[in-house]
Amino acid sequence: MDWLTTVDHKKIGILYLIAGGFFFLIGGLEAILIRIQLWRPLNDFVSASTFNELLTMHGTTMIFLAAMPLLFALMNAVVPLQIGARDVAFPFLNSLGFWTFFFGGVLLNVSWFAGGAPDAGWTSYVPLASPLYSEGKGVDYYVIGLQIAGIGTLIGGINFLATIINMRAPGMSFMRMPMFTWTVFITSALILFAFPALAVGLVALMFDRLFEANFFNVNNGGNTVLWEHIFWIFGHPEVYILILPAFGVISEVISTFSRKRLFGYSSMVFATVLIGFLGFMVWAHHMFTVGLGPVANALFSIATMLIAVPTGIKIFNWLFTMWGGSIRFTTANMFAVGFVPTFVMGGVTGVMLASAPADYQYHDTYFVVAHFHYVIVGGLILGIFAGLFYWWPKMFGRMLNETLGKICFWLFFTGFHLTFFVQHFLGLMGMPRRIYTYLDGLGFNNMNLISTVGAILMGLGTIAFLINIVITSMKPKNAAYDPWEDGRTLEWTIPSPAPEYNFAQTPLVRGYDAFWKEKMEGKNAMTPAEPLGPIHMPSPSILPFIMSIGLFIAGFGLMYHQHIITIAGLVITFGCMFTRSVKDDHGFHIEPDELHDKGVKA
Amino acid sequence: MSAHSHVDGQLPHEPEKATLEGRNKVLGFWLFLGGETVLFGTLFSAFLALRDQVGDGNPTSQELFQLPLVAAATFILLTSSLTSVFAIQAMHTNRVKSMLNWLILTVLLGAGFLGLEIYEFYHYVHEGHGFTTSAFSSSFYTLVGFHGAHVAFGVFWITMLIVQTFRKGLNTTTAPKIYVAGMYWHFIDVVWVFIFTVVYLMGKVG
Ligand code: HEM
Ligand SMILES: [Cu+2]
Repeated sequence: MDWLTTVDHKKIGILYLIAGGFFFLIGGLEAILIRIQLWRPLNDFVSASTFNELLTMHGTTMIFLAAMPLLFALMNAVVPLQIGARDVAFPFLNSLGFWTFFFGGVLLNVSWFAGGAPDAGWTSYVPLASPLYSEGKGVDYYVIGLQIAGIGTLIGGINFLATIINMRAPGMSFMRMPMFTWTVFITSALILFAFPALAVGLVALMFDRLFEANFFNVNNGGNTVLWEHIFWIFGHPEVYILILPAFGVISEVISTFSRKRLFGYSSMVFATVLIGFLGFMVWAHHMFTVGLGPVANALFSIATMLIAVPTGIKIFNWLFTMWGGSIRFTTANMFAVGFVPTFVMGGVTGVMLASAPADYQYHDTYFVVAHFHYVIVGGLILGIFAGLFYWWPKMFGRMLNETLGKICFWLFFTGFHLTFFVQHFLGLMGMPRRIYTYLDGLGFNNMNLISTVGAILMGLGTIAFLINIVITSMKPKNAAYDPWEDGRTLEWTIPSPAPEYNFAQTPLVRGYDAFWKEKMEGKNAMTPAEPLGPIHMPSPSILPFIMSIGLFIAGFGLMYHQHIITIAGLVITFGCMFTRSVKDDHGFHIEPDELHDKGVKA
Repeated sequence: MSAHSHVDGQLPHEPEKATLEGRNKVLGFWLFLGGETVLFGTLFSAFLALRDQVGDGNPTSQELFQLPLVAAATFILLTSSLTSVFAIQAMHTNRVKSMLNWLILTVLLGAGFLGLEIYEFYHYVHEGHGFTTSAFSSSFYTLVGFHGAHVAFGVFWITMLIVQTFRKGLNTTTAPKIYVAGMYWHFIDVVWVFIFTVVYLMGKVG
């Protein structure tokens, strides 16, 4: 019950971790089924239509229901602590964001049991996704499920922006902010400007499918390329929404375990902002083959290649941070170090794809599949693992087992490269993406087999991680404040796990890497910026949970044209909004004598 | 930084920014409006891409639109923006009664606008311009309808705030809400100015 009503950002972080982890397992299972189907030519393990469903749900689940929530888990667990805040700006909305994401994800997956999952690809291109070609309910689940989950993401983005702008501890200027917080800041801005575009696209597709509108119906004047534009205006920034926080994690982990200040901090900030900006300028590189014409293709080609510049700056800064540092290869750091070359490979194939004439060759082949998995799995997922190993003690008060962690790393890392490296060559040899089987004698057989073996290794690596979690959770909660002993930022100045009020006294920040700076001056704690006093806390609430259920119900009503149910669901949601608005809730206070941490004189 | 840091009767000059909660709310709402801008921007783009896709035998925008009616609606909505400014001014000088009056007037004007819009849609449907008629009609009703839904939401919202203020008075909890609702109302107005220009004026001259 406590978990249904919590508005504590640290607990919400754990909820995101559990839910995102769960969807990650589902998405992973789908991936393994896909790879089993493809392990040999002319296999008939699953049918062609099931394969389409698996492929669509795998992509959708991984991007929206696994990767993003896992990032939100880290953001919630860490960002307020890194900026010395007691909370996020909107604790209630934080909980609402989680629950809408969760119920949106559940709705999407209900489709498996309701007569067919979405099957038009994670990009849901029309006319494939139009009522004409996709008759079942699958794509309806896609448009409504993603819409509900998207609300949650948007709320989360606004919340982090407001938190970072308004709630930094005294002295924490923007140019003293830890790199992870910086990347979360830019990512949140991207969410704010990208997700509403997706929302409009989904609404239009929903109207076409459910209410016979004509946005994408060519017979009645609609335009299918319009969908591609809307989708990628959202979709390209989305890939940077995913990767930027991973960059942040890598920066923190590498700097901590090299025992060095992050090299080129201000250029890192600049590069992050620039990548965020350019992320919005390049969407049409997904549409080179649509026929936009040579001028548009050339411009988008050049704009895309420009992104390699700030990305390169980041790579070199990580290398220079390690250079001459006293590096400790903890599991977290192994993931971080493994990230760097892997991501570079993904970036290089990206620049290859960015060349429009060459893309005519690569487009819709396994080369693209290899590219984006190198960036998304080799970049983002390795980054998430690094972050989880690094911050686990702060989230749960326990250290993950290092031996099992290293087993997990090696299984996952080798499995990953086995799976995706060969796909570059499959693509160059002409194996198209999104096919459920292939003929014998094309030279695809061995590489597909290798790819499948690799996928199974990744699965084993994930299992090693799960075992690690189980074993760890049986140990006592004895992690130290600063368990890595080389912590540089504010989250390492408070107990592990962090108390519900985070900081008994707001810390005074005197420089970049605030905690490290104090350590260098021989102190082992921050100077507080305020005397010990009562701490204001928001009260828990069940409303976010109920509001999300309301949307969930309304979604079903829409899909099955039961207007009474739609209205009932919306009444629940708006009723909760109303209750929330008219009932004043001032929260409660924790008095100084209730604090575990007795504080120091300011 | 607590939620009730004001002394009764002595409201600070900008009550909406007196508490951290209030400041967060105002900032968060600015950000939200940034997202709304993208939302409407995308709707406008879709409309612009499809506005000439009328299909055979269906009415075009030149045939449909009646500028006097739309101009009247525009005038009403713009006036309501002005009255909401007066409401916020009254709030800043702690004249609660006059603030409430201005808010009530704002709501009435908003409802009047909605009435005209519903009449307009009804009329178009009779002219053979339904939601499913063509790509033009779908994108038209979606864009203008989204705006209309925003107005309707605003009308309900401000009504609720009026009731709340009647019961609880003006304090550092209600003030940020009213301020933010005012921002929302201006935003809706600005969007309408674009709709008036891009949809109606450009639709009339072709
Ligand atoms: C230097 C940076 C990058 C460049 C130049 C680049 C370039 C490209 C290009 C041109 C395509 C379109 C290929 C085609 O469909 O023919 C593409 C696809 C893709 N990229 Fe990247 N990319 C970069 C980084 C990233 C990152 C950081 C991510 C994710 C975190 C990412 C994820 C994807 C995905 C998911 C697709 C496939 C979309 C689909 O069609 O389903 N890329 N990339
Ligand atoms: Cu892209």
